[in-house]
Amino acid sequence: MTDEIEPLSLNVPEPGCRPGDTPDFSDFEIPRAGAVPRPPVDADPDSIRDMAFSIVRVLNKEGEAVGDWAGALSTDELREGLRHMVTLRTFDARMQTAQRQGKTSFYMQHLGEEAVSCAFARALEDGDMNFPTYRQAGLLVASGYPMLTMMNQIYSNAHDPLHGRQLPIMYSSKEHGFFSISGNLGTQFVQSVGWAMASAISGDTKIATGWIGDGSTAESDFHAAMVFASTYKAPVVLNIVNNQWAISTFQGIARGGVGTFAARGHGFGIASLRVDGNDYLAVHAVAKWAAERARRGFGPTLIEHVTYRAGGHSTSDDPSAYRSRREAAAWPLGDPIERLKQHLITSGNGRRTATPRPSGDPGFGDFCAETGRGRRHPGRWRCAQPARHVRGCL
Amino acid sequence: MASMTMIEAIREAHDVAMAADDKVVVYGEDVGFFGGVFRCTAGLQEKYGKSRCFDAPINESGIVGTAIGMAAYGLKPVIEIQFADYVYPAYDQIVSEAARLRHRSNGDFTCPIVIRMPTGGGIFGGQTHSQSPEALFTHVSGLKVVMPSNPADAKGLLLASIADPDPVIFLEPKRLYNGPFDGHHDKPLVSWKKHPLGDVPDGSDAVPLGKAKIRREGADLTILAYGTMVYVAEAAVAETGIDAEVIDLRSLMPLDLETIVASVQKTGRCVIVHEATRTCGFGAELMSLVQESCFYHLEAPIIRVTGWDTPYPHAQEWEYFPGPARLGEALNKVMED
Repeated sequence: MTDEIEPLSLNVPEPGCRPGDTPDFSDFEIPRAGAVPRPPVDADPDSIRDMAFSIVRVLNKEGEAVGDWAGALSTDELREGLRHMVTLRTFDARMQTAQRQGKTSFYMQHLGEEAVSCAFARALEDGDMNFPTYRQAGLLVASGYPMLTMMNQIYSNAHDPLHGRQLPIMYSSKEHGFFSISGNLGTQFVQSVGWAMASAISGDTKIATGWIGDGSTAESDFHAAMVFASTYKAPVVLNIVNNQWAISTFQGIARGGVGTFAARGHGFGIASLRVDGNDYLAVHAVAKWAAERARRGFGPTLIEHVTYRAGGHSTSDDPSAYRSRREAAAWPLGDPIERLKQHLITSGNGRRTATPRPSGDPGFGDFCAETGRGRRHPGRWRCAQPARHVRGCL
Repeated sequence: MASMTMIEAIREAHDVAMAADDKVVVYGEDVGFFGGVFRCTAGLQEKYGKSRCFDAPINESGIVGTAIGMAAYGLKPVIEIQFADYVYPAYDQIVSEAARLRHRSNGDFTCPIVIRMPTGGGIFGGQTHSQSPEALFTHVSGLKVVMPSNPADAKGLLLASIADPDPVIFLEPKRLYNGPFDGHHDKPLVSWKKHPLGDVPDGSDAVPLGKAKIRREGADLTILAYGTMVYVAEAAVAETGIDAEVIDLRSLMPLDLETIVASVQKTGRCVIVHEATRTCGFGAELMSLVQESCFYHLEAPIIRVTGWDTPYPHAQEWEYFPGPARLGEALNKVMED
């Protein structure tokens, strides 16, 4: 019998496409927008098992919002959402340049993933707490955290709220529901569950959200978080941002050959679903569903945000060394900003000429008042000088 | 004042802290309904309810990680790692997160947690029920490290640790849970209830962190000890007849350097004793500090008596454990130098 057995070999998964190859996403199954129904917020995890293998989508190819998950946001809110995403992308581009100019040591962009954190943020309430990774600055942008304070942190200057102790982009703001970022991956995922347990212990109505990337789901703390969230029915929304890449490693190395990241929730009895991470409306609708589920005491939710890391991993990374340069353009879920823009235009709520500007008060007013280097102006742009720099990027 | 074992004193400290502050929550493996494998949390769940004292999954990183999240919310978790030997899966959460949270967020978030863990050997615990990992924590900036040697200190130091605004590693020498132990394993155990140090004060008075206790005054040499080694030191002093000053450090970080320096400058000699392995153990730090601070007062080289640089054995327990005979030899040697 034994001589009939072939020698064993080690399976090492490979991405479908390497530098020089033509990207091919034809195997990537994308359900049509509106196809996945919206279950009640108290749905039994078992009753929605299929959602871990499908993708909740609202915006169709024509930019129309369709299906059960549509209609949660007003036109004004969507326009504001578009501003948040453009703000984040502009900020990213400017800081990326600043790093290349040697003005800061390090930066990490969100290119292509803006909808995930920007849309999620508006599903939360004051007092809720995010436990983000280093790629969710949209939570800050959408919560009105001053862009200037972000820059001060990135520049480690005299106005840095963290006194130059942290690597750039490792922000912290309790006031804005943004837990201190750590360089150690996965650690915050289980901390978010603890925060949620504390809210439950205290009889509070606040919820926590945990964030983790596709690669870091392989960390032990991912498992720890799932066990504790499930056991104590913690009011937490656990988010996996599957952007297909962990530095140079494609998501199959963390996920293995079968299943989805969301499907891992099934083994823990956690309600688990996937969402089109480049669909602002879908991310928001799913976030709101999961947040309400948590807040009403129906337990945790695991959300896999399906998106694509269009930029390099960080300013220290050159993705052309391990993936096709054309892959981002070929990504079938498109660009979150273009898709929301198209929706606003086709629904007649956007003016084709109106390129959104960075949102809210970027904080220059306070900075100018403090340094005396600018004048206060009424309206959105309080300080002419720095605003011109930012506007130039648009 | 009541007569208690160290276990009862630890339980009492939990009880006092939980009664005084409903932000104090207690959890860990077998800590809830069962009251802990060493009974240190017995009755707490019944008294304070399942939301204040509960059982945890067997996941040390999860226990510490959730506690950090709870602390960020505003609770004061007092958590248990069943044996110090099993703390390693939580090391990332302790070192990278708990210890650094205040610093890295510039005080935006803090981490007032207490991580209790039974430690030390002398119980035939073998490799994974005997270790003394204190040096892995004293090396980490942002942590406080405490080890009581008797019931009264256990209660007072635990209350101080719970009140502390930062993370505290609270190491409990399980060999001392029921009574003092001086390394004479052939003698019967005497319960704390028949020992003066078993008299534990009522109320909520804390024993301050960072304050050593001189257990025996002496003129000839200084012994720096903590945990079980305090009793080994007392026995070795009695058996050698050397007039040694025995200092129970109680708190390794922050360290009561003032008391240590005053003693060594008085005696001119110093012996350091701990159960933990020798190389890069906490004794090395003590030796450096004494050398830096007392160089001109030293009459002899500082000596360390420690566990050997091997994993903790089972059958060779008493060859490994630094008992009074081995310490006595060192005391004599230092006096002859």
